[in-house]
Amino acid sequence: MHHSIEIEHLSFSYPDGHPALRDVSLRIAPGEKVALVGPNGAGKSTLILHLNGILRGEGRVTVCGLPVEEKNLGRVRAAVGLVFQNPDDQLFSPTVFDDVAFGPLYQGLPPAEVERRVTSALAAVKMEAYARRVSHHLSVGEKKRIAIATVLSMEPEVLVLDEPTAGLDPRARRGLIHLLRDLPMTMLVSSHDLAMVRELLPRMVIMDEGRIVADGPTAELMKDEQLLEAHGLEKM
Amino acid sequence: MHLHFLDPYQPRNSPVHALDARLKFVLTLAFILTVSLTPAGAWPVYILLLALVVSAEVLSGLGIGYVQKRALLALPFVLAALPVIFTLYGRPLFSLPIGGWTLTASVEGLERFVSVALKSWLSMQAAVVLAAATQFPELLQAMRAVGIPRLLVAMFGLMWRYLFVLVDEALRLMRARAARSAWGTEAGKRSGGSVAWRARVTGGMAGSLFLRAFERSDRIYVAMLARGYDGEVRALPLPPLRAAGWFLLAAGLTLFGLLLIFAYAFWG
Repeated sequence: MHHSIEIEHLSFSYPDGHPALRDVSLRIAPGEKVALVGPNGAGKSTLILHLNGILRGEGRVTVCGLPVEEKNLGRVRAAVGLVFQNPDDQLFSPTVFDDVAFGPLYQGLPPAEVERRVTSALAAVKMEAYARRVSHHLSVGEKKRIAIATVLSMEPEVLVLDEPTAGLDPRARRGLIHLLRDLPMTMLVSSHDLAMVRELLPRMVIMDEGRIVADGPTAELMKDEQLLEAHGLEKM
Repeated sequence: MHLHFLDPYQPRNSPVHALDARLKFVLTLAFILTVSLTPAGAWPVYILLLALVVSAEVLSGLGIGYVQKRALLALPFVLAALPVIFTLYGRPLFSLPIGGWTLTASVEGLERFVSVALKSWLSMQAAVVLAAATQFPELLQAMRAVGIPRLLVAMFGLMWRYLFVLVDEALRLMRARAARSAWGTEAGKRSGGSVAWRARVTGGMAGSLFLRAFERSDRIYVAMLARGYDGEVRALPLPPLRAAGWFLLAAGLTLFGLLLIFAYAFWG
């Protein structure tokens, strides 16, 4: 059996020479739900972009048994669903339907299957009635749900979310937490929302300055006040 | 902050709204083509064309007033045709002495000018009805269906999608500036700074808007890549046109053809 995500000794520097990841190794088993926390600029988003080959650094990244390299990119991107922080970046099509259909269309699925995928993805985020709507006129919470639907329609094995609760009001946040709780796939969630992390994600990985500084059960790490404080996090 | 007024679509429950967007798109284009091919001075044909577009306005439930207000947008472009009154040779109408020059207006010139004005007015009305009675995504599908290159259609779609986001962004910037543009508490001191300083601030805002748009385009591209984008634009096939649709299309195109033949037979 393979791991959902296997990262070995990954290092990456941005073109301006600024090192963003330094020797990162991480394994996530199928079905695991993992939080990725740490201060701004710790390298969380950079790490996420490596998971489907948008950025490629030195080291090995394997996703669902597939090494992330040029010839596998298509399959890797089908296996890992990336939900970006700003839904306005993710929803680029004229209508909600077009956006949710984008991934399946690029997988080359037949039209009937595309329709089925869109319907079931929208049903999973409880937004069936929004298919013909125009993304611009939706609220942030609604956009966030649609953004998740746009990757659910690709039926990925791993769901990776960047700051899913940022900018949501308490009700939208609660709805989103329930939605994520009910999704069965492997999950890696980058977040500053430690309350959500504690509620939803049993394992926690803390990053700081491009390194993984702690990795363990959320409940235990949350108790370690010194560790949290050293990396700009607050004890809940 | 949210912008709705940019979207020309006006939701109504009308047969024009319900019509297949592909039909509306093709018929509107054909109408505009007919209007521009109609020879100058074919007044009865213009009246018939006006009757057609006004019927569409009434049928669409938008109201003639709404469409006329929007059609006024064409007015400045009509002014560009004004010199034609004086440059076309023909029977002199009147003369305007300007300095050492004399401008002579001709009947033919005037006729040409009025025709150009009518043409742009008619075409504008048709375009307004199309834009107000068709949702933009449907219009994009229609463009794709008639064979406009997919990449171009995709660019229209992205532009339309992010125009709103950009305008919102600009409004937020301006609001942030307004929120910090206070009056000084010291009496007698003029607030607002010099014109040059304010110009610099505005320039900085324009620059930052550009940079943000640029960075956003990068993030959008990454989001597209993440879902498998490979440079090819793909879309679901559209349902075939029904028999009634084909009939309407044929009837409309025949009518436009007949109008043109009529116009050329008598005024061509």
